[in-house]
Amino acid sequence: MSDVTRAYRRRTTGGVLTTLTWLLALAFFFPVAWMAATAFKQENQAASDPPTWFFTPTLDQFRAVIEGGSGVYVANSAIATGVSTVLVLLLGIPAAYALSIRPVEKVSDVLFFFISTKMLPVVAVIVPIYVVAGQLKVLDNIWTLVVLYTAMNLPIAVWMMRSFFLEVPGEVLEAASVDGAGLMRTLRSVLIPMVAPGIAATALICVIFSWNEFFFALNLTASRAATVPVLIVSTMTSEGLFLARLCAAALLASLPVIIAGWVAQKQLVRGLSMGAIK
Amino acid sequence: MSTSTIDRLESSRRAARASASERSISKAEGWRRRGPLLPALIFTVIVTQLPFLVTIWYSLRSQNLLRPGEDLFVGLSNYVDIAQDSTFRQTALNSVVITLGCVLVAMVLGIVLALLLDRPFFGRGVARTMLITPFLVMPVATSVLWSVALLNPTYGLLNWTLGLFGIEAVDWTSTYPIIAILMALVWQWTPFMMLLVLAGLQAQAKDVLEAASVDGAGPWRTFRSITLPHLRRYIELGVLLGVIYVVNTFDQIYLMTAGGPGTASANLPFYIYQRAFLGFDIGQAAAMGVVVVIATIIVASAALRLIFRSFEVKE
Repeated sequence: MSDVTRAYRRRTTGGVLTTLTWLLALAFFFPVAWMAATAFKQENQAASDPPTWFFTPTLDQFRAVIEGGSGVYVANSAIATGVSTVLVLLLGIPAAYALSIRPVEKVSDVLFFFISTKMLPVVAVIVPIYVVAGQLKVLDNIWTLVVLYTAMNLPIAVWMMRSFFLEVPGEVLEAASVDGAGLMRTLRSVLIPMVAPGIAATALICVIFSWNEFFFALNLTASRAATVPVLIVSTMTSEGLFLARLCAAALLASLPVIIAGWVAQKQLVRGLSMGAIK
Repeated sequence: MSTSTIDRLESSRRAARASASERSISKAEGWRRRGPLLPALIFTVIVTQLPFLVTIWYSLRSQNLLRPGEDLFVGLSNYVDIAQDSTFRQTALNSVVITLGCVLVAMVLGIVLALLLDRPFFGRGVARTMLITPFLVMPVATSVLWSVALLNPTYGLLNWTLGLFGIEAVDWTSTYPIIAILMALVWQWTPFMMLLVLAGLQAQAKDVLEAASVDGAGPWRTFRSITLPHLRRYIELGVLLGVIYVVNTFDQIYLMTAGGPGTASANLPFYIYQRAFLGFDIGQAAAMGVVVVIATIIVASAALRLIFRSFEVKE
């Protein structure tokens, strides 16, 4: 086989593979695009057979979602997500420090304990949480979700932050301790700036999981503390089928996480593997 | 240098430093070290372990929220009921089928996509961004999207597409409920697997690959004897994390099939939810929760050894 034919063949294979990749990428993306397109349709175009491919886009559905009292839900989701993420970082960063830089005894037992709580099925604890929350009169209270989301994400944060702390070169820490800097000062002025990208990655993962959380929100909230996923479900059940409006709500609800994930793709990998993969 | 090597060097260096200092740890120093850990540890114990102890307590009682007066100690009779409950067995089996089905199919697709993305081509960044998007969509939105827009028997897009090939309309969520749920789950989890495998591919030492090609190894040979063994750690990690998350699947089942028809597509989380929040049968639901946890501990203790190897945690 001459070099020319070989090069030609390699180029063709390359072309085929590129085309295949693009087809698969489009196929995976298509449902999202379809959801977005449907959100810009009128209801009769949204649920038509055959499907409507060409239409004049309208913002009616978005208007209906936004003006339909979704503000409370968004505010609840924002509180549950934001406050729990801050709490996770406040609790998780010092804990990760104590498991990496100046380690306590039995580090791996502690790590084992944290990860094992992620394996505890949520359904196994929902019953007592529901009953106790009822007795404490904190059902349908957004702070209940804040506490639960903090517990849900804390193990991930401890593992992730630990893996970032392990990357800090030892010399830096020794220099800090020679300078006589205490724990808080070392954390604040030396460590935190060095692991800032790690903190961002951890926060991103916490935001994704708590913004999307549905099981606790469904069972522990009613009208006052309901979050965005609950809003989507109630749109679905209470009003019969308004597909276009449902798609508009689903799109708006997903958008914050989609954009955050797009922007921070690199941090996403590290976060999803709990820090194991860089 | 590969990630794992860095990790290993790093952790052994730190372990050495830790053991050197351990000898001189005084009592006061020990507590100074524990201090930063305690808030997180205590918080986690209170929020995750206490409720589970209460679950065990409830599981020994007969309590129904609809009949407040009735609250008796019944010993292990809730567990005896579970052992005789064929629905529990069926939903347990569904849990296994859904979890393994989703994780394995998503992993195979993820490997294919990662291999395709691990070569330079025009618009690679955009293709990658499109491919990760399904994972970022809110699961509740995903369920709505699949059950209503794509799988609806009359105007769903999948049936319309199949119709182009002359295939009759199928009522997916009631005829093939588990397959319908798996479609939505696989779509959501493939990007997750793809990202982990892609990270593995990119951490591969390029000189080894070049050496293989100089030695005349074809692409398939190189893949099988160099790339695949290298990817093993990443694949194990993906499967393990995938199982942890997918076994708790609730949103898709609640919204796409409501566990139906009957309980044909219910998994354990959904079935326990039904017993607790629709049947208000606290004792039964709690006992099921305890059984699930015991099963999880058995599976997890095997799995955790794996994860520890992946993370290379050392004492």
